[in-house]
Amino acid sequence: MTALVDPRVVSGGPDHLEELRSDPIALMKRVREECGDVGEFRLAGRRVVLLTGAEANEYFFRSPDEELDQAEAYPFMTPIFGEGVVFDATPEQRREALHNQALKGSFLKGHAATIAAEVDRAVAGWGDEGVIDLLDFFAELTIYTSSACLIGKKFREQLDRRFAELYHDLERGTDAIAYVDPYADIESFRRRDTARAALVELVQGIMDGRPPRPPREDRDLLDVLMSIKEPDGTPKFTADQVTGMFISMMFAGHHTTSGTAAWSLIELLRHPDVLAGVVQELDDLYADGSEVSFQALRTIPRLESAIKEALRLHPPLILLLRVAQSDQEVCGHRIPKGTMVGCSLAVSNRIESDFPEPDEFRPERYIAPREEDLLNRWTWVPFGAGRHRCVGANFAMIQLKAIFSVLLRDWEFEPAQPPETYRNDHSKMVVQLAQPCAVRYRRRRR
Amino acid sequence: MRIEADLDICQGHAMCELEAPDVFEVPKKGKVRVLDPEPPDGLRAEVAAAVRYCPTQALRLLET
Repeated sequence: MTALVDPRVVSGGPDHLEELRSDPIALMKRVREECGDVGEFRLAGRRVVLLTGAEANEYFFRSPDEELDQAEAYPFMTPIFGEGVVFDATPEQRREALHNQALKGSFLKGHAATIAAEVDRAVAGWGDEGVIDLLDFFAELTIYTSSACLIGKKFREQLDRRFAELYHDLERGTDAIAYVDPYADIESFRRRDTARAALVELVQGIMDGRPPRPPREDRDLLDVLMSIKEPDGTPKFTADQVTGMFISMMFAGHHTTSGTAAWSLIELLRHPDVLAGVVQELDDLYADGSEVSFQALRTIPRLESAIKEALRLHPPLILLLRVAQSDQEVCGHRIPKGTMVGCSLAVSNRIESDFPEPDEFRPERYIAPREEDLLNRWTWVPFGAGRHRCVGANFAMIQLKAIFSVLLRDWEFEPAQPPETYRNDHSKMVVQLAQPCAVRYRRRRR
Repeated sequence: MRIEADLDICQGHAMCELEAPDVFEVPKKGKVRVLDPEPPDGLRAEVAAAVRYCPTQALRLLET
């Protein structure tokens, strides 16, 4: 057996926090170029071993929480969720919580109908033509869809634009400075804390307005949480805790779906031939007057391939992190206990040997017999893979199919700015579309 | 056809049981039990759906 070696440290140091805050993808690409599948950078003085490629990724995705733990890896989430929520729980409690009832297959048909109705509502005031900001539009829409599906329609009806704006401030409060101090006195963290307090107040107001004993068939998750009492009769959960639970339930599915919807549309607008094929596919599919709630549960091959390709090129999460709980080894490299271990989705998704023409939008790579997503199960990883593969992947696909079924059936779109100027803002750990990101719409004539 | 389950990856979400209850069973808090590793061809549609909708992609369908 050959002796284990330490991973090589990438150039540009001694520390890479500033580069992670300005151009994380360039940093992670350079790690792969200089160091190979296992490399290293430094994050606020801590070692981060960064993995890419099938073999290293498989190790990462197969490891249980007892070996590679998530809890300490995302310090920027604790002030957003609040103490005692998600990453403050044990691995066992997290496994329990992840079996989210609302994502079970039997609920998905109802969700598809709910989502289609939300899209109809979102475009109801559009008139015949106009301009939308993709970030604002999809971020607000996905607040409504995720709250309606995961918490309940009654709760959703009590939300408006304000909730979406506050939620956006939470997502913007994810500066990597949190690796130095999650409560550092910086503008984005102050806004984050103000927004969370305002959300608690908003939820408190909704709770105060709820009748004490609503009929069973009319209850949503908020009613259920409010009905749980301590032995002395006082409510078990405060508005602060309820808000924390709701924020965390919606977090994984919000900016991710919102960003993917935007990037799918942008890539379709950059590739009019692909767009024409997708619109034709949808026109054929809905020619018989069938419901979106029915079709969104089924395969829509061209649309799905376009979404998958947008996900590969613009994965909403670019870097997954863990902390080694014991000494580990991967591909001949030593990872001591306490080291952070990262997996770069953005870089793995563009490995040329797995994905020919890696930087090009080529939805045909998903059509049989190529099926590059299935073939490269450890490197086609926009949803992660293995034990912690996104539990909402199926829900997300249904949601995106429903959104584009409605949008492309009734509307045509064109870029309202040069197509190459759409880009992501990487200054925060939660990646969002950079503004301006405007698109012009016009009602379709037929 | 033959079914392979990767128990390292299975997290017991039980979507497979919902799709193909004759072939998969997932005890509460447990991992998948493949009741029939070589199911008859008549169950192909259900089994394929179970493989497809597994949230962690722990199931594989092999042709025999």
